[in-house]
Amino acid sequence: MSDGVEYITVTLDTLRGRLDQLLSDGGRMQMAYAWFPEPTVPEVRYLAAPGSGQPLQVWQCATDHGHVPSLALRAPLLGWYEREMQDLYGLTFDGHPEPYPLIIDGPASGTDLLQPEGHPHRALHAPLAMPRVNNPQVQLLSFGPVRADVMESAQFLFFYLGEAIAHYQPHLFFKHRGMETRFEGTDPLAGSVLAERVSGVGSVAHGLAYCQAVEDASDCVVPLRARQLRVLLAELERIYNHLHYFGQLADATTLKVGQAEGRLLEERVKQLAGRLSGQRFMRNVLTPGGLRRDMAVPLDLSDTLGRLRDQVESYLTQLARTTSYLDRLITTGVLTREVAFDQGATGPVERASGLDRDMRRDHPYAAYADLPVGVPLADAGDADARAKVRAAELRVSFDLIELLLPQLQPGATRAPCVVKPSSCGLGWSESPRGSLYYAVHIDKFGALKRVKIKSPSFSNWRAFPFTVHQTNMMDYAINEASFGLTIAGCDR
Amino acid sequence: MSLWTLRGLGQGIATTNWPEKADGDSGQQETLGMPRISAERCSDSCRRCEEVCPTQAIRLDTRGHLASLDYGRCIACQLCVEACPSGTLQASDEWAFGVRERADLQWSLDPGALAGEKLAAHIEKSFRGSLHIRHVDAGSCNGCESELQALNNPFYNLHRLGIFFTASPRAADLLLVTGTVTAAMREPLLATWQAMPEPHRVLACGTCAVSGGVCGNTYASGTGLDGILPVDIWLPGCPPNPAAIIEALLLLLERKPQRVRGGLPHEP
Repeated sequence: MSDGVEYITVTLDTLRGRLDQLLSDGGRMQMAYAWFPEPTVPEVRYLAAPGSGQPLQVWQCATDHGHVPSLALRAPLLGWYEREMQDLYGLTFDGHPEPYPLIIDGPASGTDLLQPEGHPHRALHAPLAMPRVNNPQVQLLSFGPVRADVMESAQFLFFYLGEAIAHYQPHLFFKHRGMETRFEGTDPLAGSVLAERVSGVGSVAHGLAYCQAVEDASDCVVPLRARQLRVLLAELERIYNHLHYFGQLADATTLKVGQAEGRLLEERVKQLAGRLSGQRFMRNVLTPGGLRRDMAVPLDLSDTLGRLRDQVESYLTQLARTTSYLDRLITTGVLTREVAFDQGATGPVERASGLDRDMRRDHPYAAYADLPVGVPLADAGDADARAKVRAAELRVSFDLIELLLPQLQPGATRAPCVVKPSSCGLGWSESPRGSLYYAVHIDKFGALKRVKIKSPSFSNWRAFPFTVHQTNMMDYAINEASFGLTIAGCDR
Repeated sequence: MSLWTLRGLGQGIATTNWPEKADGDSGQQETLGMPRISAERCSDSCRRCEEVCPTQAIRLDTRGHLASLDYGRCIACQLCVEACPSGTLQASDEWAFGVRERADLQWSLDPGALAGEKLAAHIEKSFRGSLHIRHVDAGSCNGCESELQALNNPFYNLHRLGIFFTASPRAADLLLVTGTVTAAMREPLLATWQAMPEPHRVLACGTCAVSGGVCGNTYASGTGLDGILPVDIWLPGCPPNPAAIIEALLLLLERKPQRVRGGLPHEP
């Protein structure tokens, strides 16, 4: 297990005190999940990030016959993780402020999930838990799960009065595929193909976090060239995602040419990714231990990216000069720093609310330790701030690749990776949408026993509704586009 | 706003001349497609391809030789190609795998096992000039959506082919389904299908919609459209690239011939 993570055994009665200590030291919880070290004995694991410069902490916590005190009132971002554990692993979080199902209509025993025939009577989607509305003037608009245009499936409920939204509730997890259980029982060395297919537009980030988790569980040292090429793949993924984001934002603000230009730039990067890696989403390259095959980096890649960068600069400059576009973004969907922190917002979303965190700089992986990772910030927390942060991140990504290419070392791209039986590992990456974690547990035969995926969109969907309550319908689409959320990663 | 218009005009035409010009730029240079089955003989009792395939698309005979490959399950992950020591399975750039019959995605050493080729039902004349698509994400990884959204970018510019995405199922001719059909999406998917006027067609887009793909058969995921809706075109791919989706749409409209029969691509 890597030096970057500290494992601590915590008892139930000291859990809350430890959380208070973490928060008062400026730290934050990252995720929580359950697993079964023994068939009927669950354990809860909390991932905590203490203040900057300190290693991540994993708190291992045995339950009291499946009961655990809820920490959601003190650390609201844990609310969804606790509900997920209630639904999928049959645990009970005592004192939870929102105890109703989130993902599926549980509770169910986690071990039973492996046998679908064991649950003929269970509804595999959580029913809606809606607030009671007393004012007869308030109307309910339900939108989705099949939405206009080519969109991922999710249902949105608006309680509204005229143009004003009184309360907003997303109904997610229609796309819950049970991806975490899909890993169970398989060979850890073969799992990157699965991880790459959890969230398509985060294929590299997911593959990378997974590979690093397995490498952590096997003390594998990845060769330098492989780590450098991983940075190249990850930054190309960020570039096409952020360009897609600007296309979406231009579309939401009815800037049709701006939309077309963003989409065209995105397409050029995807085609470049296809030529480099053989696949437009850069799938099928990563593996625990390095890369499945060396990548021939064309000599003119630097020039190609330079030309692309000029086009991107010109596009971003034009957007920043368009008053009709800026008018719709400024003051729209404000996420305050406090809410962003409490609800667990991550990535460009939290950085636009003034929270200075980036896994590439704070907990470097791949070859990021050798590169100066700039972390752009903004304070306003509105749609404009989120767009500005992403624009600045695009420039940082081009900078990073520019610095990386001359440093690329020849040599091996794959090291042998021998997984230790009965071990566990943690891997992470800063995906285009924020922090992404994979926790893997290996059984005594060397197969995967449990894989937990914490995707950035799971975090940001939790924070997003706080920017919608008490706003208006006209701003909703723009606000949603400004978050740049995916649903596949959240639902898994 | 007027500045944007001028800016757009100043950038000229970005749209490819493919597929009107067969040698035009499909945008997929150097991308890898489904594995090709070469004439090279398998090594005896090798079994490596079957062992690495994450979707059980490969079946071997008693000698351990390749007996069948179901491209409807293939996610083009290239693991079998990398594992194959004898060169029987090779990397290829074949990605246009849209077919009318599910059986046409199945390659078998023993072609007698193949279902007889069925004549394609002729597409309604009214569809040929213009087609309106209602897309439903029935539990995808968002990869297929990303490529479907790319169809409307200036490079592919789907509109030029008379094909449009529409918001309402009432105005749609084709239901294009991505994803495995999760437990929670089954009902909304069927409701969308029932809301469409007849005649209506179904395209299963991506290996998940064809067979469940890598996500198939968990407690919640489902195994694709088989047995749920009457599928007119099966298009595996993980995800199918935008050019492959265009080929499949034109196949539906009988504006392009089917390239793959019995799991083998043929030049049209």
